[in-house]
Amino acid sequence: MRKLFMPLLVVATAMFAYAPFMIDQAAYESSMGLVSKIFYFHAPSGMVMLLSAVVCGIASALYLWRRNPGADRLAMASAELTVLYGLIVIATGPLWARKAWGIWWDWDARLTMSFVGWLIAISYLFVRKYGGPGSDKLGAALAVFGTANVPFIYLSVNFWRTLHPKTSVVPTLPPLIRGPFWFSALALFLMYLLLLTARLHLERQRAALDALYLAEED
Amino acid sequence: MLLLNRFLIAFAFLQPAAQGEFVPVKPGEGTEQLPAGPLVIAAYAIIWVAMMFYLWTIWRRLNKVETDMRALERRKSTK
Repeated sequence: MRKLFMPLLVVATAMFAYAPFMIDQAAYESSMGLVSKIFYFHAPSGMVMLLSAVVCGIASALYLWRRNPGADRLAMASAELTVLYGLIVIATGPLWARKAWGIWWDWDARLTMSFVGWLIAISYLFVRKYGGPGSDKLGAALAVFGTANVPFIYLSVNFWRTLHPKTSVVPTLPPLIRGPFWFSALALFLMYLLLLTARLHLERQRAALDALYLAEED
Repeated sequence: MLLLNRFLIAFAFLQPAAQGEFVPVKPGEGTEQLPAGPLVIAAYAIIWVAMMFYLWTIWRRLNKVETDMRALERRKSTK
């Protein structure tokens, strides 16, 4: 993984920096105009947030089952990234909604469930930081519940009446929008991998430091 | 109660239907009534600031851990 870090850093940063130029060239959506450009970062951030929540949940389930410290470290790193990408989704969504819908926020199923999913990730981090002994297992259980929420977030727009665009939007994107969208999505996904790698390295170093303290006490 | 139910159902149907697909605008078509520029700029600023801030926090935490490790190893070697 260490060998892959530098190429990943270069590619992810270059793509992330170039993405706004791609988006600038993309067509305006007919009913929303310029504000639809937020879509190119908002929707992929949402996708990465959900992916990160799933990674956190699976790693946590693995930790509960096998007590594997590596899985716990992955869950911890993914939870932080769920919060980061969730923050981007929750901050950019209202900026888009203000122009497209005329309101900053609507307590519909998609927005409310996304907000709840984000709160679950934040509460996981709080439990891990302040929960004391046993917080690893408690946090892991919380993360599994967070993952169970993911399909509901994704499908909520198809089941309930909402202002939010449906899941059919992304698969049916026209070519003038599709290219820049998937470029941005890939850039944000590579940034996720980059940040996850860096965050995992931090967790491994922390574990090594704890081992050194324990060795010194002995 | 029945009247209230009917009112709520009628209100729910007043909501516009969710968008099912995106259609690109034709060249020369479409005008902006409200300035969207500041909203778009704010959205990108949030994304960049959030990413860079998070990267900075990782770097800062990593530095702290590595400083502690070096201090601990130095203490061990002087014992």
